[in-house]
Amino acid sequence: MSDNKTITFALMDAPYENARSTTALRLIDIAARRGYNINVFAYEGAVGLPFTKQSPHPNAVHGRDADEEDHPLPYQWIESIAKTAEASGGKLDWINCGLCVDERGVHEALEFARRGTPGDLWKWAESSDNTLVIPTK
Amino acid sequence: MALKVLNIVETAYRATIEEQDDTILWITTAMRGGGADVDVLLRGNAVNYGVKGQDASGLRFGDKTQSHPPRIEDDVKRLIEKGAKVYVVADDVAERGLERTDLVEGLERVSRTGIAPLCSAYDQVWHW
Repeated sequence: MSDNKTITFALMDAPYENARSTTALRLIDIAARRGYNINVFAYEGAVGLPFTKQSPHPNAVHGRDADEEDHPLPYQWIESIAKTAEASGGKLDWINCGLCVDERGVHEALEFARRGTPGDLWKWAESSDNTLVIPTK
Repeated sequence: MALKVLNIVETAYRATIEEQDDTILWITTAMRGGGADVDVLLRGNAVNYGVKGQDASGLRFGDKTQSHPPRIEDDVKRLIEKGAKVYVVADDVAERGLERTDLVEGLERVSRTGIAPLCSAYDQVWHW
């Protein structure tokens, strides 16, 4: 059951670079399961997380074809978290820093991952119960 | 009551050449431009952001020259001029052999033991 809490996350890490991205999504997933309203502001490399041109691939070292490898794609994880949030009575909202998207050319994103500005992060922070920044190091 | 945030910058010179600035000083300036009440604490290696005379110019790959190198010192000064408080951890400054005269005017010095009380003056602390 939703407790109507709202939490905002600011993420910075690009996908596949370190464990912070996975940790951040684990935390967001927990919040989604608890029915939180979740805002994610993706800054810098994190705008690559909902990029829908991420592709699965075979892995010869693992001895698996693409289907068997079933390589994790962060955009699919995010899509799944959004469904979890909705099923739990909450919502996942996502804004990509627009300039960061342009720099990286990752324009093809999940439908609900829209472009925005630092002003959107501030508005979210003002209207949330709390904000957690998970920066790259 | 209006939200008041302290941005702690600890990771220094993170892609500053590619971005032509520090991304956290940039986002702070952008948010303040929209009326946000956000200040900055420089700690660890980021205290070097306050050092005068930094020069990151001269990058060139083949015939491609960087037109606008990062000017972190100017970005810090701009924040101060626009009314932001920019704190610097004095212990971190001393550990790096920097003197008070090496730093730009207007930085507010805080001791390492003073960080926690400083944080308590803000509604939220964002540690970048």
